[in-house]
Amino acid sequence: MSTDSAHGEANSSLPSRLRSRFEGPNTIGDSRGFWVGFLVAVAALAVYPLFGDGSQLSLFMVLALLGLSLSVVWGYSGVLSFGQVVFFGIGAYTFGVVSINFATPGGITAAVIAGIVGGGVSAAILGYFMFYGGVRDVYVTIITLVSTIVLHTFMAQTAGSEWAIGEAALGGFNGMPDIPLLTLGVGEASYQFIYNPFPMRIIGIGAVEISPFYYLVLALLVGAYLGLRALVNSDYGRVMVAVREDEDRTEMFGYNVTRVKFVVFTLGGALAGLSGVLYAARNVYIDPTVFSLLFATLPVIWVSLGGRKSLLGAVVATLGVEYLRISMAGELALVLLGSLLLVTILVLPGGFVPWVHQQIVEARLGPGEAGGADAPDASSEVSD
Amino acid sequence: MVNGINLALQFLDSFAFIVLAAAGLAIIFGIMGVINLAHGEFILIGAYTATLAVTQLGLPLVVAMVAGGLVTGLFGILTERVIISGAWPNWVSQRTLGRDIIEPLYDRLADSMVATFGLSLILTQGTRIAYGNSIDGLSTPFGPIEYGAFSYSTYRIVLAGVSIGLLVATYYLFTRTDFGMRARATIQDKETAQAMGVNTERMYMLTFGIGSALAGLTGALFAPVVTMRPTLGDQFLVESFVAVVVGGPSVVLGTALSGGVLGAILAVFSNLYGTFIGRIALLVAALVALRFLPDGITGFIEQLQKRRQESE
Repeated sequence: MSTDSAHGEANSSLPSRLRSRFEGPNTIGDSRGFWVGFLVAVAALAVYPLFGDGSQLSLFMVLALLGLSLSVVWGYSGVLSFGQVVFFGIGAYTFGVVSINFATPGGITAAVIAGIVGGGVSAAILGYFMFYGGVRDVYVTIITLVSTIVLHTFMAQTAGSEWAIGEAALGGFNGMPDIPLLTLGVGEASYQFIYNPFPMRIIGIGAVEISPFYYLVLALLVGAYLGLRALVNSDYGRVMVAVREDEDRTEMFGYNVTRVKFVVFTLGGALAGLSGVLYAARNVYIDPTVFSLLFATLPVIWVSLGGRKSLLGAVVATLGVEYLRISMAGELALVLLGSLLLVTILVLPGGFVPWVHQQIVEARLGPGEAGGADAPDASSEVSD
Repeated sequence: MVNGINLALQFLDSFAFIVLAAAGLAIIFGIMGVINLAHGEFILIGAYTATLAVTQLGLPLVVAMVAGGLVTGLFGILTERVIISGAWPNWVSQRTLGRDIIEPLYDRLADSMVATFGLSLILTQGTRIAYGNSIDGLSTPFGPIEYGAFSYSTYRIVLAGVSIGLLVATYYLFTRTDFGMRARATIQDKETAQAMGVNTERMYMLTFGIGSALAGLTGALFAPVVTMRPTLGDQFLVESFVAVVVGGPSVVLGTALSGGVLGAILAVFSNLYGTFIGRIALLVAALVALRFLPDGITGFIEQLQKRRQESE
């Protein structure tokens, strides 16, 4: 579908070389139109806080990182994990505990790293236990589901004063309040991202205050999306997809299937941990509902609806579903969400975004810039 | 001595709870390869039907419980036709669009999980909208029995008896009847069974119906001892899943064995350290069991038998 040959190699060599890293059979949107749309969508997200509620959208984008972590683990490597929220929650609690104990800029920066490492290490331990123990398929799903429930049961009863790590009380159902404000850097060379609006003058609009946290999250989300795109289109990504399609055959070709699953699971855990750190930092608070059954299934819902084999689908569906969930607060919200899930999985098992992509490709048969409308679709979904 | 009786009663209670919670799920999972995350809500339907039949219609408790099982069984058949096999929507779409719109969920574990989770959200929230956050419960029948300084609910002992009876009945149904033979033939090799004249479509429908009816009966049986609220299914869901995967491929034997093992662990740890530690111990035991016996207890037994046959 490349249009480069038609436009000549010389004048687009740098963009096309850049693009080639992010394109391949494992992602949709390999055309120039897609990337133009992608830039438009990112730009739309960047100016969104000037017009709408950026604080809420920043939460959705934090959760989109969680959605991405499941997409890479389930959609690309075939390991359906109900436990992404375990690593999410462990990341969040680790960030809380470390930052409360070391409430200096350097300490908080270390807490962010500790949260990500915490998510990754807990995923590595669980993954080692499962994959090297020969646990496969649906049993992996059940074990991750049980782990979620174990942590929920455990964290819910940590209300007593004996459940404290240093200065930080875990707090049981009441959760852990007073998490220090997210600050990155050391000593003087640090910057506070939460509750620190940045005043700006924009011609035509006047004085506005923008939240640095919003842009931090946006940058991380775009970075994670592009990074995972590069990963799944690399040689390693092709092995991941081969594991998803047929484990035995991949093993026969001489790949270490167990190690691939272990590595991807650990990576997914670290990404979920990052998402948890940002979640705790944004809310300045964390409680055990992140381990509840409903929260554990939300990532599965996002990824199924958007299209599990599409990273873009995970992001778009997370933003869309969370927006719907918030805006249709009321008795019927869960009924509608359940019906949406049921109908989508029955009628469009591949998910929404790949279906839209296919419609566009079919509508413009031929080497046109098919797939270009995907990204504008994404932007309209979030900026409504 | 008295503590020994306590422990034994607690074991019976845990055993009954695990076996009853798991029985319906085990049949559906073992035979159809469908993971029914709405299992807890099927239990909910049975419990609400039985309770409402007593409080609103004034039916006797036993009749209401049977009604709970039947209503849930019918609901299960409806679910199977509309969602799991997609037969009814496909019948409509064949006539309007000329093609199938739904692919059956048999042996699509992940998809069946997601679809039935959607169903469970609808059922829980629908129950909340229709009946509010709780309805009046039933009083526990039979009263307590006294021994020494302790007393214990007679009804819970009856439940243990019922759970054993259900296991025996299920075992009989699936091993000694014509229906059971057709059902097992369908699991083992669908194509051959079809060639031999088994209507596998109908087998799937009836199996799902029986599994659902068992779940509904479980709900009806526990209706007098649990709080009647829309999320009551959640407390069954985890134990039932754990029991099914620990039990392994053989449905009835697996459920009985895992009910015995997990029930013993739950009873001992609850008795010694309280219900919270009991629950954690149960879940950790399940994690360890899955790690070392990935095919469950009965899968392990089958392996042992195979090895012994080979060595002879």
